[in-house]
Amino acid sequence: MQKMPVWADVILIPLVSLLLAALLSAAVIVGIGEDPQAALKLMISGALGSTYGWGYTLYYATNFIFTGLAVSVAFHAKLFNIGGEGQAMLGGLGVALVALYIPWPHWSFALIGCTIGAALLGAAWAYIPAILQAKRGSHIVITTIMFNFIAFALLNYLLVNVMRPAGSMDPATASFPEATHLPTLHMLLEPLGIKFSKAAPANVSLVFALLAAVFVWLLIWRTRLGYEIRAFGHSESAARYAGINPVRITVIAMMVSGALAGMMSLNTTMGEGERLILNSTEGAGFIGIAVALMGRSHPVGVVVASILFGFLYQGGAELALWTSIPRDLIVVIQALVILFTGALDNMVRMPLERLFLMFGRKEG
Amino acid sequence: MSMMSKILGATAAFALSAGAALAEPALIFDLGGKFDKSFNEAAFNGATRWAEETGGSFREIELQSEAQREQALRRFAEAGANPIVMAGFAFATALDSVAADYPDTKFAIIDMVVDKPNVRSVVFNEHEGSYLVGMMAAQASKSGTVGFIGGMDIPLIRKFACGYVQGVKAVNPSATVIQNMTGTTPAAWNDPLKGSELTKAQIAQGADVVYAAAGGTGVGVLQTAADEGILSIGVDSNQNYMHPGKVLTSMLKRVDNAVYDAFTQGANLETGFNVMGLANGGVGYALDEHNASLVSADMQASVDAAAGQIASGALSVHDYMSDNACPVE
Repeated sequence: MQKMPVWADVILIPLVSLLLAALLSAAVIVGIGEDPQAALKLMISGALGSTYGWGYTLYYATNFIFTGLAVSVAFHAKLFNIGGEGQAMLGGLGVALVALYIPWPHWSFALIGCTIGAALLGAAWAYIPAILQAKRGSHIVITTIMFNFIAFALLNYLLVNVMRPAGSMDPATASFPEATHLPTLHMLLEPLGIKFSKAAPANVSLVFALLAAVFVWLLIWRTRLGYEIRAFGHSESAARYAGINPVRITVIAMMVSGALAGMMSLNTTMGEGERLILNSTEGAGFIGIAVALMGRSHPVGVVVASILFGFLYQGGAELALWTSIPRDLIVVIQALVILFTGALDNMVRMPLERLFLMFGRKEG
Repeated sequence: MSMMSKILGATAAFALSAGAALAEPALIFDLGGKFDKSFNEAAFNGATRWAEETGGSFREIELQSEAQREQALRRFAEAGANPIVMAGFAFATALDSVAADYPDTKFAIIDMVVDKPNVRSVVFNEHEGSYLVGMMAAQASKSGTVGFIGGMDIPLIRKFACGYVQGVKAVNPSATVIQNMTGTTPAAWNDPLKGSELTKAQIAQGADVVYAAAGGTGVGVLQTAADEGILSIGVDSNQNYMHPGKVLTSMLKRVDNAVYDAFTQGANLETGFNVMGLANGGVGYALDEHNASLVSADMQASVDAAAGQIASGALSVHDYMSDNACPVE
């Protein structure tokens, strides 16, 4: 029996959670002697008040859409992919290899090549934990976490010892050639007569992220494979009885997930950095988990939650730039949002469900 | 500090409302954060010293993400901050693209060279300072074996090591120098536990003086050296006070002076290549009441003589980064 209408589940609960997180954040800001109203205003105007702010918000959101979708796809098969971070790092390696060692005539070809490189390496990195889970029963949560560390060590070795240009201090590759540089939203929107900030890093990979969201929707709800993934996620024994091969579904779901996480590096490594650095993922793989939880593993929800987190990142940066609120507090605010929307979901859900049941009875 | 924050907060609010063209200087810290007891903190101290002496105020930001490097540079430049000083080589790529867009703003980058007309590139001759503390280590050592513990294995730290070894060998050609790097990831800058383990390992091999060029990891090196009764050498800031009578000296890298100088010159910042070496007080060794009993008159005389020769150019210390090789092991 449905306890609550759908709109309450997908809109009301996240909104109430957000409100609680905002209230608690405001209390913390008051606690350190700052003005929460001014802080909120600064965050909104800084993140959404100009095309410059939007450019950064959407840049961060692009990362979270990719990693959020990655986690969502695995969720539908009841697989908890914590390895988005490592898969994105390997994706970055794929981008770097393709961009550096193949001479591309134009960015559009390079983008396709890099997408394949990123998706392949990201998927390959997810394949190993997937096969260990499917064949040996090694728990995917543990193996994907461990693979994050292995990815970091591998990338570190390659950047320090192999791919770093001689004499450079930075553990990073050389800059990618000019022809592989992606156009920013400024360049894309200019022919349409829309003036978009030149400085912001949001780029064409945002379009790819939105396409990926459509792709995930089609895959999960409109294909036979998606049906099998969802059936497997709901009940493994029922799926097995229906003739669905659990090894195949585990491996495919994880590889799609890994490929999506890997494609995040199109935005950071190819779009923004234009070279591969050690620290290119910056925790977006983990934020993806919160985004997927908040977005209820639905592509639309993931996109909305990603923009919210993009807003928090860019708004937080503005706070750090123009106020004396320390950066640690900004992390606290971000953590509160994750805590309330992700971990403490039931705290809001249960009272609300009770409320709806009460009203439902009266009407009945 | 809180007084300071209020002033900064007030100016920030004012700048926002006014659209701002105040020529305040700005300082950007690297991801390590400003209170790292080492590099970033030295930069912060230089800026604070300038603010206290002139009564001026400055803008600052601690970064949270890589994308913010360029963002912070542009935002400060657009708000009229001048000059903008950034602590760390990792800003080079971002600065390279930003500097040209704001030709009227002066930038200063520490530990890296960016060849743009409005950029001052400050680099330090760490090998010269390390040479001096190497000489002191060799003279203080009774076993003839001394140690070096680096942070992350990057050319910059090999430059420290190479200068140190040259200094040791100049005093005692038959001395043994044990070298260890803490790691190859940025985590190696803040791993005091591993620093402590490496120190114990070097002591087991006979080292009785260890030089730590490892950021926060050095705290563990100095602690273990003091506990085990051998001498240690600090780095970047004066760390003699951490274990009085147990720290032989500290190799000083005056990042604070670099920031202070840039802030003092203000909008008229002299751009170009700026080498901070022994000749202009950019590097050196620390002598204070905490290590006076450890440094004999002979030791001080010989080191000062070498410092004079290096400053005048009579003695040249090989720079690892000039050819990615070190003539001595």
